Amino acid sequence: MSRHRLFMPLILASGLVFGFGLGFSHMARPEVVIDFLTFRDLGLLFVMFGGSLVAGIAFWTLSKRGTNAPLTGTPHGRRLKSFDRNVLIGGSVFGVGWGLSGICPGAAYASLGVGNWPILYAIGGMFIGAYAQGIWRSQQTGTESAVSTGE
Amino acid sequence: MSTALIGFDAIEAFFPNGISRYAIGGILVGLATVAIYVGTGITAGASTFLESTLSYVSAQSRFAQYRASRDWRVVFTVGIIGGAALYAFIYQGEAWSLTNSGWVTEIQPWRLFVGGILVGIGTRIGKGCTSGHGICGVGSVSRTSLVGVVTFLVVAIITANIVAGFGVTP
Repeated sequence: MSRHRLFMPLILASGLVFGFGLGFSHMARPEVVIDFLTFRDLGLLFVMFGGSLVAGIAFWTLSKRGTNAPLTGTPHGRRLKSFDRNVLIGGSVFGVGWGLSGICPGAAYASLGVGNWPILYAIGGMFIGAYAQGIWRSQQTGTESAVSTGE
Repeated sequence: MSTALIGFDAIEAFFPNGISRYAIGGILVGLATVAIYVGTGITAGASTFLESTLSYVSAQSRFAQYRASRDWRVVFTVGIIGGAALYAFIYQGEAWSLTNSGWVTEIQPWRLFVGGILVGIGTRIGKGCTSGHGICGVGSVSRTSLVGVVTFLVVAIITANIVAGFGVTP
């Protein structure tokens, strides 16, 4: 994937808007997420609906037209991931963590931006969790390929 | 008349802070996702950053697969932090001033830490988070993502209510 010189500026500018939006929506505040999950304020529905609706219109239009992205040459497609039980297992583990802490990855980065320094506990935890599952799954894949090649 | 009043009460009860901040924030998040998508064809999620960044310090195959995208994911995350900081600078505390701009959560550190560990494990095993599955996946009408979102949303609702039921606050 060769990159256009505007690739990084676009990513940075989009990240700024993304983070500003998370701040503006108050999703960067764990309290607001917990209020949503305990039905005290259902406003966060509009964050997800608003975001996915806007994204959906663009994904649908461009993937239909079959265009290529100007900065990478990558075809415009949809985000389709294969389904297996990991989606349910991982989704459930994520759900427990989200319900306990009120924070998800994107909102955690934004939370740091609004000055919420204790969110470093959550971001540190996320790296530890991602590292643990990565080590475990890398070893599992290693064992599986060793078995399949008869070693 | 009475139905209109009941409707208004229900809106007040479920949306005590109105909906505009949520809708505007969500649309901005969507527009940012679209800008990356139109320019690069990438459907960006926030949680891959965790593993792609770990590839800088670990050679494990699980992280190494993200080497090609790790640089722009760092830039994206720096942008998210910066954009939220700009929001805080304008809207938190005194407008366009650093006075009282910082906002700090009262949620207990152990909840953030333990929850964070589970979020780190779960989003990576489950192939996405609130942005990857929730915005890009739902926007793609991906059945996998719709199932993923329903799963983490239902489990999170149950968890948050149990935690609140045990009187754990904040």
